[in-house]
Amino acid sequence: MKMPLSRRAFLETSLFAGASTLMASRLAFANAPTEARFVFVLLRGALDGLSAVPPVGDPDYAGLRGQIALAKAGEGAALPLEGPFALHPALEFLHRSYAAKELTVLHAVASPYRERSHFDAQNVLESGDLRPHGSTSGWMNRALMAMPAGKSREAGVALGANVPLAMRGPAEVASWSPTKIAALDDATLARIADLYARDPLLSQRLADALESDAIASEAQAAAAVEAEGETPMMSNVVEQDAKEKRGYNARYVETARAAAGFLKRDDGPRVAMFDTTGWDTHANEGGAQGQLALRLRGLDAALGALKESLGPVWRSTVVLVATEFGRTAAINGTRGTDHGTGAAAFLLGGAVAGGRVLADWPGLARANLLDSRDLKPTRDLRTIMKGVLRDHLDVPTGALAPPPDRWTA
Amino acid sequence: MTPTQTTAAAIATNRFGLGARPGELPVVGADAAGWLLRQLRGAPPVLKGEGLKPSAETLAKVIELRKDVKARRQAKDDQEKVAAALKLPAVYRPVYIDEIHARFAHSVTTERPFLERLTQFWTNHFAVSVDKVAVLGLAGAMEREAIRPRVTGHFQDLLLAVEKHPAMLLYLDNPASIGPNSKAAHFVGKRGNGRKVGINENLAREILELHTLGVDGGYSQSDVSTFAQAISGWSIGGQDNGGRLAKLGVDNGTPGEFLFREVFHEPGAKKLLGKSYGDDGVRQGETILRDLALRRETARHISTKLARHFIADDPPKAVVERMTHAWLDSKAHLPTVYEALVESPEAWEQPLAKFKTPSDYIYSSYRALGIPLREKRRALQPFEALGQRNLMPGSPAGWPDTSADWDGSSALLKRIAWADVVAQRLGDTRNARDLAPQLLGATLTDDTAKAIARAESGAQALTLLMASPEFMRR
Repeated sequence: MKMPLSRRAFLETSLFAGASTLMASRLAFANAPTEARFVFVLLRGALDGLSAVPPVGDPDYAGLRGQIALAKAGEGAALPLEGPFALHPALEFLHRSYAAKELTVLHAVASPYRERSHFDAQNVLESGDLRPHGSTSGWMNRALMAMPAGKSREAGVALGANVPLAMRGPAEVASWSPTKIAALDDATLARIADLYARDPLLSQRLADALESDAIASEAQAAAAVEAEGETPMMSNVVEQDAKEKRGYNARYVETARAAAGFLKRDDGPRVAMFDTTGWDTHANEGGAQGQLALRLRGLDAALGALKESLGPVWRSTVVLVATEFGRTAAINGTRGTDHGTGAAAFLLGGAVAGGRVLADWPGLARANLLDSRDLKPTRDLRTIMKGVLRDHLDVPTGALAPPPDRWTA
Repeated sequence: MTPTQTTAAAIATNRFGLGARPGELPVVGADAAGWLLRQLRGAPPVLKGEGLKPSAETLAKVIELRKDVKARRQAKDDQEKVAAALKLPAVYRPVYIDEIHARFAHSVTTERPFLERLTQFWTNHFAVSVDKVAVLGLAGAMEREAIRPRVTGHFQDLLLAVEKHPAMLLYLDNPASIGPNSKAAHFVGKRGNGRKVGINENLAREILELHTLGVDGGYSQSDVSTFAQAISGWSIGGQDNGGRLAKLGVDNGTPGEFLFREVFHEPGAKKLLGKSYGDDGVRQGETILRDLALRRETARHISTKLARHFIADDPPKAVVERMTHAWLDSKAHLPTVYEALVESPEAWEQPLAKFKTPSDYIYSSYRALGIPLREKRRALQPFEALGQRNLMPGSPAGWPDTSADWDGSSALLKRIAWADVVAQRLGDTRNARDLAPQLLGATLTDDTAKAIARAESGAQALTLLMASPEFMRR
């Protein structure tokens, strides 16, 4: 059920105050704690938040961005949000979600990490730790352990052949990606399972894989019926490489649909994660069209497909879309942007009381930039994660902290 | 032969090699470390294969094509635009397939598998990923041209060859990185109609973070910026946007070859990591690289990666320590470092400590079963199916190298499914019961031997061999 008031209360709280009113929303969700679904979408490579959510009304924006600045009006104009903010024109579904109050746009956010290595930054974002390589488990996995469903098998699912760090840890997490196992006969599988009896890792993995595969094939069969005759959001085939574009869109749309297939089930996992790559736009990033636009369109289509495939379950779903850090405020010498700090993120879903931009906007004037180059972060991304855990999944926020001082509640 | 010796042979072929071929364990014999080190002697083999050509030739062709692509992109007609977009992949893809096929064939047949594994380690250390179309036709050539010949030389020579290779320059956006006080910047400032040029710090950052010092190597953002200025002008010949440079009478070099564009270079002395480097053109960046190669942080960073790659996800500290010393004492003479690795007793303990990557799994399967390579286009399929596309790690960090990165449940199921398809195809043409001890030596368990012996068909026995816990690991 949608709880607009308590949702709004939570979001305002996490923006402006401490944790005091979070209790109200926890109560609001206590009615049906197991209904809540959560999807984490990690954009690896550092999404340019100043292009995805361009502050077109900031007086310094156009000057810093030069050739890749998005326009306020006219052809290829950014889609307006509140205040100085807008969305990249490729993010049509997100813009509709904003209008439908199912999207909260976050800006000038960052993890605690302040260097500029992708790999360490992703490590911090996924582990929930304060420094890179401090923990071998991920915050989502620790959260699963604290959920009632986490005690059972496969409370979470990673869409991909392997499990990313955010989902690694003591809780059992399935991974799934399409595999053609039709030819593999049950007798051979049974013998392999026997052979793995004394190998705890492999026997666990095999059992999980077979269970996930059964779930996914059911979901796929259902989706095939639903999607018959439909062409997923690919009408504007101009510019860029048509084939490549189809590739990006189709892959992420398929992943999103598969995630929905798992989450929709009454007895299925409640938490899912998938990641996307290709956001490291150092050169020829493009504006309303171009490299970044292509990828944003793919992401937008995937999120749209997730909503569509989840059907009524969307109402109890929260999706967090985040990246390891932002990019430089100014364009570089090759019409792209280099590694930065403050980033944009999205909180999307039927359980989000959205329709707003949450940003304590530092401004883009040179004096306000971090190290005279990056958007200054004014909010810790972990406050958003904690909010989702506590208010949506009913998990103690200590779960975000890394071991050894991890949650004990 | 004592049991220890047979374990050592299994470790040598599987952990340090690309998986045993039938008959290989007896060749290794009692002196397993000696077998590995002998592979490092003599010039590394030159990769042979139909269609392999110098990267400069491929790139020169592409530079020509780009002009046409640009013209088509400006056309009104959508079809023209699509045709333009497909032009580069159309040239690059067959080159990529030729490269992968040659590399695959060599990996499956080589009698110096340790050398090949080292080669591929370095290729992954200096990763360029072919999801960036600009390097699709160049990544394989970079391995052949810059890496292969230098795997048994000094690290600084390897480092310089890689950082100057067009594939690396393009992958990390250096060719058009222009110093703010360079001649080109002054020219554009005067006549560029508001066009902006400047530094791109991508290559400089990744050299420090990934290729040399490592992320905790003690450098700062200011070192990254300074280094980026020092290597501004490291570019590629023949690329001349709209003929602007030609109009200035600037040397445009040989198409597709490394070119130091003096007019792009940020002039002046630079200070990096506390040391000053004079205004010395291309030698400024070269000297910095040579110094980076010999720093303790670099020695430790790469020794750790090598030890992790070969021995265990969490490599023994003593081994890393010995390798780091070997690196510094020998001035980065790589065979001395490899020797420190192979001569470490810890390297021969705990067999099967590493979970194979998909590539390891594919190469070892092909070697184990003598599977014939299929036609070129299909050579890519197993890597795609198992989730490790050739030369496509997706980021400059390269493929990850621990069990948790590869042992997902879906990944395991894909492996088993693929093994079964291969086994069905081979059917009774291979005898798994005879092969198992020849491939796994002392690491073959009774459970696996029994399961294979009791299989209901030759094909099923092969599936069980390839799916066995000891074949999944190395």
